[in-house]
This record gives sequence, C-alpha cells and structure tokens, in this order.
Amino acid sequence: MSAARFSARFYVAAGIVAAVLLFGLVAPLVFRTHQVGDVVGGLYDHPSAHAWLGTDNLGHDVFTNLMYGTRTSLLIGLVAGAIATLLGVAVGTLAGYRGGAVEEGLMGFTNVILAIPSIVVLVLISIALGTRSTLTLAVVLAVTSWPWTARAVRAQASSVRTREHLDVARLSGAGTFSLICYDVVPYMLSYICMAFVLQVSGAVLNEAALSMLGLGPSGGVSLGIMLHWALAWESVRTGAWWAFVPPTLLLTLLAFALLMLQSSLDELFNPRLRRHARRRRTARPAALPLPVERPVPEGAAE
Amino acid sequence: MSTEPTGRTTPADDGSASAAADAGDALVVGEHLTRVFGRGDAAVRAVDDVSFALRRGEITTVVGESGSGKSTLARMLLKLLPVTSGRLVFDGADVTDRTDTTAYWRQVQAVFQDPFSAFNQFFTVRRLLARSRRLLGAELTEARMVEALEQVGLAAGDVLGRYPHQLSGGQRQRVMIARALLMRPSLLIADEATSMLDASLRATILNVLTDLRDRAGLTILFITHDIGQACYVSDQVLVLSRGRLVESGPAERVIFDPRHDYTRKLLADVPRLHDTG
Repeated sequence: MSAARFSARFYVAAGIVAAVLLFGLVAPLVFRTHQVGDVVGGLYDHPSAHAWLGTDNLGHDVFTNLMYGTRTSLLIGLVAGAIATLLGVAVGTLAGYRGGAVEEGLMGFTNVILAIPSIVVLVLISIALGTRSTLTLAVVLAVTSWPWTARAVRAQASSVRTREHLDVARLSGAGTFSLICYDVVPYMLSYICMAFVLQVSGAVLNEAALSMLGLGPSGGVSLGIMLHWALAWESVRTGAWWAFVPPTLLLTLLAFALLMLQSSLDELFNPRLRRHARRRRTARPAALPLPVERPVPEGAAE
Repeated sequence: MSTEPTGRTTPADDGSASAAADAGDALVVGEHLTRVFGRGDAAVRAVDDVSFALRRGEITTVVGESGSGKSTLARMLLKLLPVTSGRLVFDGADVTDRTDTTAYWRQVQAVFQDPFSAFNQFFTVRRLLARSRRLLGAELTEARMVEALEQVGLAAGDVLGRYPHQLSGGQRQRVMIARALLMRPSLLIADEATSMLDASLRATILNVLTDLRDRAGLTILFITHDIGQACYVSDQVLVLSRGRLVESGPAERVIFDPRHDYTRKLLADVPRLHDTG
C-alpha cells in the first residue's frame, strides 16, 4: 500500500511531466528579462548569453517563446483533456449504467462521431471561428476527442452496474444520480484517471497540429505556433535549428512522458500487467542458489 | 424449530396455485410468477409459473441448486427485476406493476450473498446506513442506527466509523442485516446470506435470523442451496428446480418425507446431519 507499488517507469514519466509543468507554469515567473513580443535581436540570431536559444524570424527570444508556448500548450491540453474526459465519462457512464435503448442511442451517436476523422472536423471548426482564444480552442479539441473515452467508459460502467452494492444502495433508496456519482464512477476512477492522461497528451498534440497549420490560438504563442513560424520562415533550410528543435523536443518529451505515465498507471491499477513484479518474482528463486554455491569457491581457495 | 402453523394449511405439493389459498395470514402471495430472459429461441424461463405464500412471522426457505431461479425470484420480490407474467401481492395489495418502490422498500429489505461486494468500499458503515435517509427521512436517527446494529449483536462504537475492509466477514454480513433492519421491514429476504461465511459464522447469522422471527415477528424468505440449513431455520420450504416449484410444504414434512425425486436428490447430497430414518 506504499510508494513501493509505483514502478521506476512511473517515477521517470511523472518526473518528466512535472518538469515540463514547472517549465511552463513557473519558469515564466522566474525568467523575466524578456516578455513575449519583445524584439531582442534580428532574424534568427544564434543562441547567445543575451538570448539563450537565439531569436526567431521576428527577432523574438526563443527561450521566452518556449516558456509561454509550453504554458499555452499545457493549458489547452489540460482544459481540453478535462472537458473531453468529462464528456466521455458522462456519456459512457449513462450508456453503460442505463443499458437498453439509451445505450444503443448514445453509443450509435458516439460511433458516428468516431467514424469522422477528427482532424477534418478540427480544421473546419477552427476555420469557421474568426478569433480563437485558448479556451475556445480547448473546447473545439475536446468536442472532437471524447468519443473513444465514452466507449471505453461504457464498457467499464456496464460491468460495474451488475455489482451487488448497487442493489444494496437501491434498496436503501439511493436515486439514479446518487448511484452514478457514488456507486459507479468511484469504481472507475483509476480508469478515468488514465483516460484523462491520454486525453491531455492527445490534446497537446492536436493543438500543435492545428497551430502548425496556422489554425492555432490567436494573439499568443504555443509550441505549435512556434513550429508554424519556423517552417514558414525557412528555419529548416537556413539551418536555424534553435527555432524548431526546442519546441519539437518539448512536444515529443511531453507526449512521450504522458503516454509512459498512462501505461505505468495501467500497470499499477491492473495487476495482470505488472511485468516488472512478475520478473522480480521469477528472478528470486533463480537467485536463491547463489549463497549455496558461494562456499564452494571459498573452500577451493583454502 | 417452530412449526405450529403447519397443521392448518399445507400448500399443495405439486406447487400449484392452491398455495395462494391460505392468503388469509400471508404477507406475500406470488401467483404464477414467471420471468423470462431474452426472447425467441434464446429465451430462458428463469422462474416458471411459481406460486407460493409467505406467512407472517415465519421463515420460508427456497432451496435449489445454482441456476434454479432462486435469486431471480428474490429479485422479483424485491422489485429489482420486473415480472414477466403472474401476480405479486404484498400485504393484500397487488404490487406487480407498482413503480413507487420507495414505500415498498421500507417494507421489504434484503441481505445478499457476498458480504464484500455488497458494500460500497468507499463508504464507512455510518455512511452506508445514513443512505437510508431518502427512505426514512427524519426518522433516521443515530439512535435508530445504534439499535439496528445492536439487534445483530454489533456495538455501534466499534463499527460505525469503519470501512468494509476493516471488518471481518461475519461483521460485514451483520452490518448488511442491520442496514435492512434499519427500515424496520416486515419482510426480509436473505439471498444466500450465509453461503460465503464459514461454518461458525453461518450458525451465528442463522441464529440472528431465527431471533428476529421469534422476537420481532419478522417474516423471512431465506434462500439457500443447502437443504441442511433450510432444515435448521425454516417453517416452510419451497423447492425450486430449473425455475419450477417442484415441492413445497412445512419444513419437517419436506425434509423427513420428501415426495419429489429432486428433493430426495438434494437431501441425499447433504452430509448426514440427522438420522432421517
């Protein structure tokens, strides 16, 4: 029941995620020499003591952009992830818990949404919106990504539904809302937690994809927008690696760490997947004969 | 074993509707109760044309092997499962299609088989009991919770603040009975309530049930696969096989003079507890 149950993978993943969070949320408060939009140099100045990661096509400090861009990307990711998880859990729980026609209807709708490639919907909605605030973009990302969570949660809910404690709660007079909130959802929390992590990682990547296409949040900087400008102003051709490598690395690192966090959480909540524990357990008997063998070479030495 | 009322009425052994004839002092009467799952070729008649009467202040046991329809019958009586056809009468009123379950559940309560999965693991005993507020309203007081726990031999101070994983199996099952008693029901359905307990705890729970009948006059429907337990507690026995009622009658008669082959088979499978001579 202690921290020993967490695998090394979990700590590595959580560490990276925490580092990126710190960088996005705390670093802008610490490093305040430059602000977003300050022109600190020329076109693609090399990294220097003045601008740690050089400047971009407009002479803005890349490091400053990176901090604020990470903040925007994380904010969109977390908000979109939370909304998508909420929607997915609501639809999935209702469908799984009620069953019958409600389930058929909701899941039919979910499958229709799943069948439409979400990037197309994303692009169309983003074009339709004149100005896109961070929050609007998060909502747009959320409404296109909840369906698979709904489907997965439905399966969980319909299995929890048959448990005896629900009958007991019904006999105590608990209403449907109370049953769903206190008897069904808490039993799926581990699952919902993992779904949220995946949704955040999906939203961060989708935001980057949209921004790279020039459909990102207006009036700000995000990791995707940095990549958009870097590509549009030929940083790749001119070898200005500092313009595109840092945002790419951060995005990769964040997405990778979130996926790893999810899979190590899965391992924690689902004992059948604990390969480390199994390996350790099978390794132990193999290690046992060692102390027995040890006296032999000692005897040979004498 | 108290079997005084047996002289008066004896439900027909073939399990026909005549069981409902003694509806006079019956709390619950089931007439031709049937429950079908699925439809078409896949239809399963889990409970098939079962008629019976549960007399007030008696323990009636339903015996049958797994899949005989015992739990389906219990769920229908609890109104957790709609009846496909037939009629269910409670205290003189037809409740077959009654949708207002709030009042019904103040009268009819249940204890289930698995004393662990019946608990919401996130709730303390106090919270579990307090959930009855919707049924009981202002009647639900701390004193009433304490009283219900005392009825099953638990000290409120020991268990109220605890989570289910902090209780033993026997304590958990007694808390479940206390939860049911909190409503002061007139019918308690114990669906395999002793099956997952070890032998000594089983006797404790059975004694709690017989005590409730003798002291509080509670009507109890006891469901078990173990005809030995039926013999220990019950006044009336109903034998279910594949959803059909194959034999019913006073406990002593059914156990010591079984008339249906299936009942004989069930009895033959029991490790010998009595000399059935």
